[in-house]
Amino acid sequence: MNGFNLSRSIRTRQLLQVRRMRKITEFEPRIIAFTCNWCAYSAADIAGISRFHYPANVRNIKVMCTGMIDPGYILRAFERGADGVLVAGCEIGDCHYISGNIKAKERVERLKKLLHILGLEDERLRLEWIDAGDGRKFADTIENMAGKLKKLGPSPFKKEVKS
Amino acid sequence: MTLEDIIKETKTYYCLECGKCSSLCPISRHNPSYSPRLMLEKALTGFEGDLINDQELFSCLTCYNCSLKCPADVDYPLFMQKVRTLAFAQGRYGVPADSGILQSFMRLMLNPAIEQRRLEWLSDEYRISEKGNILFFVGCAPYFEFAFEDFEAGALNIAKDSLKILNTLGIEPMVLADEKCCGHDLLWTGDVESFRKLAEHNARIIKESGAKKIIFSCPEGYRTFKFDYPHYVDLDCELQHITEFLAENMGKGMLDFKEVKKKVTYQDPCRLGRHLGVYEQPRKLIEAIPGIELIEMEHTRDESICCGTSAWTNCDAYSKQIRTERLLEAKATGAEMLITACPKCQIHFRCAMVSKGEEKGPDVEMDVMDIVNLVASALEDNGSE
Repeated sequence: MNGFNLSRSIRTRQLLQVRRMRKITEFEPRIIAFTCNWCAYSAADIAGISRFHYPANVRNIKVMCTGMIDPGYILRAFERGADGVLVAGCEIGDCHYISGNIKAKERVERLKKLLHILGLEDERLRLEWIDAGDGRKFADTIENMAGKLKKLGPSPFKKEVKS
Repeated sequence: MTLEDIIKETKTYYCLECGKCSSLCPISRHNPSYSPRLMLEKALTGFEGDLINDQELFSCLTCYNCSLKCPADVDYPLFMQKVRTLAFAQGRYGVPADSGILQSFMRLMLNPAIEQRRLEWLSDEYRISEKGNILFFVGCAPYFEFAFEDFEAGALNIAKDSLKILNTLGIEPMVLADEKCCGHDLLWTGDVESFRKLAEHNARIIKESGAKKIIFSCPEGYRTFKFDYPHYVDLDCELQHITEFLAENMGKGMLDFKEVKKKVTYQDPCRLGRHLGVYEQPRKLIEAIPGIELIEMEHTRDESICCGTSAWTNCDAYSKQIRTERLLEAKATGAEMLITACPKCQIHFRCAMVSKGEEKGPDVEMDVMDIVNLVASALEDNGSE
């Protein structure tokens, strides 16, 4: 499908340039994180303000609530070359819109079953609840996920994109 | 391919502007802004841009209702298929249903590197063979099962029951672990390149398996293999829908049905009926089960009404109205159950009964079942006694 291509985004280009200059050749996964405005995105903010270190593999996409993340968005991310997708929202019961995260949970779980049939490793799609003040958890989640994805290697869907 | 080539190929220039297509079209009946005649007019009078940018371009169900009755023999569904190819090349596609997950899955499947785990539902209950002449094409059933989990699409049950029936007949079919989507939906939404890749993959693995005959439980796969694959790949196999196969083998006395006391009515799926001309075999199969009373609906056989959406695109309030209308018609026959032969018909009807759209139509409750499930249930009762 035509449209926005991850490999052409400015930030990716800059990163690739730095890597080329430093002659780094190891695989760096790309994580797309859908973070909810009220909790997970604030957590990412806090992580930044508190200067917690976490890998630069993540691209945050702010959404108003995890309940608005269509399974289609997640698949589109994989289609366009993401190695992993993180869906992060408020704890169950804390949703700003009462039940958005419950819907997200149902959808992600259903999508996981489908991606399992397609042959995708389960670790590539992750659902996490992160409180607004919990910058540490956000940093840890990204670190943990980036580590796992590094071990797994590039997403099986990505080879098509290159060839 | 340009619009002129398409007009020539589908004999659109024969159009008499009689408007039979628009009066027969199930979409036009509910959606006043869609008209097949208008679409053809746009093409013939040279308004190519208007045609391609028309938001209704992807609404056509390609159900062949219009084309069968057309006095000038214009192949309107094929015209739609080709024009959508043009539109897709310009970056236009319809509104995908279910947030486009099904289309995404089809495209992700294109990748040769993936290893599908599509046969995890197979258990020892079903006997399959590694090598043989007969292949059972499972198709999208494992994906549908989870994609439509919330209203029990039952797509996987169709595959399971098909295997069960084939086993009862003493046939142990092959089932391929790395077959991919047949590409029907991509082809009908204009993505020819992806379709070609899927077709090439499927043709290759089927050739490698050495199958002589392929049995489908889904009419869409059957149609695609029969009419569309020959244009892209070379595959020399006998193709049959499971109802055709069973109707052929019924006389051998291997299937003895137990009595099922039910009044049923049969929905002709557009692909199986109008596209492929299979009307008699499913009816023969249903009537072979003792105790079953088959009542025909008002619109039946080649006049049957489609289930409202095709290729998971442009599913809207009008689609729901078409479905509700069809369900009401089925209800009016006094039947307890609506039998269909296409997994998608079943999904669409069940969806119409569950989802309450903004425009609330009349509520209809009706059992919808696939013909394969019905046959298997008649056999099952037999086994338990």
